[in-house]
Amino acid sequence: MRFMLNGAVKEVATHPAARLIDVLREECGLTGTKEGCGEGECGACTVLIDGEPVCSCIIPVAQVADAEVTTVEGLNGEHPLQKLFMDEVGAQCGICTPGMIMAALSLGPAPTLDEVRTALAGNLCRCTGYSAIYRAVMKWRGMTAGDTPGSAVVA
Amino acid sequence: MRTAVSELDMTSASSLDEALRALRDEKRTPIAGATDLYVALNFGTLEQRKFLDIWAVDELRNISERGDMLVLGALATYTSMIRSPLVVKRLPMLVEAARQVGGAQIQNRGTIGGNIANGSPAGDSLPVLAAADAVVVLRSADAERRVPITEYYTSYRASVMRPDELIVAVEIPPVEGKQWFRKVGTRAAQAISKIVVAGVRSAEPRISFGSVAPTVMRVPLTERALASGAGIDEAVRVLAQEIAPIDDIRSTAEYRLRVATNLLRRFWTETA
Repeated sequence: MRFMLNGAVKEVATHPAARLIDVLREECGLTGTKEGCGEGECGACTVLIDGEPVCSCIIPVAQVADAEVTTVEGLNGEHPLQKLFMDEVGAQCGICTPGMIMAALSLGPAPTLDEVRTALAGNLCRCTGYSAIYRAVMKWRGMTAGDTPGSAVVA
Repeated sequence: MRTAVSELDMTSASSLDEALRALRDEKRTPIAGATDLYVALNFGTLEQRKFLDIWAVDELRNISERGDMLVLGALATYTSMIRSPLVVKRLPMLVEAARQVGGAQIQNRGTIGGNIANGSPAGDSLPVLAAADAVVVLRSADAERRVPITEYYTSYRASVMRPDELIVAVEIPPVEGKQWFRKVGTRAAQAISKIVVAGVRSAEPRISFGSVAPTVMRVPLTERALASGAGIDEAVRVLAQEIAPIDDIRSTAEYRLRVATNLLRRFWTETA
């Protein structure tokens, strides 16, 4: 079957019921996508399908036929959000980071802190306490902590 | 994944006709957003090995009005329901339920048909559908039939749907009155419900609970008490007799009973 992977056509000879995450990591060699819980709760495996964040650990690869899949590798290490995660120390152990970044990409311009929290509600981080992550995402979208009521947590 | 992929058999249908023919010819479990089935596969707890992937059957994605009915195609996702002006206008309690189903990743894949078919007593959309008197539309290669959601489940995770049938849509008549939804779980995002409730406040209140019985349930005795003007204290006593929650991995019977009665009070106060 074929799909678009990070902007290029990809042909894979895999079982249609294989999980998307396994195809990405094992057949495509893209290990940036992490497996956390394996049940769609932690968001570590988040990739984009046609621009929408999904958990690649609970999607059969058959369902991405002809779709466009974007993994963290598709950002080429050059995305401003990646740099901001470093600058703001939005990553500690790093397991949640690719999923966090992919989920955050769905945010429109000038989100409120609540919108950032909602967009990332499906992504768990056990290290940072989230503040640094929210700060990185807010900065990326041109907001600072002080722009949003109730933002003391990201100050 | 704890289930060997090589044991699985999955074919994909790209149209409804193709899907219905496949279900007529052999027994396959339909798979839509996979948010329940693949969790069970990952944990090695799913019995089924033959699947029919229907994700690409776009004709089941529509959200529309037919006559005075709101019609949700079975593949309408939580995200599409949250974004649908029709659902926002006619069934805000469903939008509320959809917002609380997992994170964006799950909302983008989970479908209304899948929530019904999965049949978990904790399914978040089910009390909404029951309180709204929704009707499940089942289609096979030969026929179509309609079953009220309140008559759809026969016991725990069992329903009247035959193996050759597919849930194609849900029809929801106009809902008069103030709508209310509340879910109580371990945390705000992602959690599977310990208890979930939907209510419609009108002269004849309609109230439905999830996670208090083997299937989603309306509470007709409690509804009648409220409709007759018995007062909330009396209704709470009736409710405590009417439901019989159990202890399980997510909660206890005692907790659920207490919270259910608290939620009934909350519904009554907040919709006054």
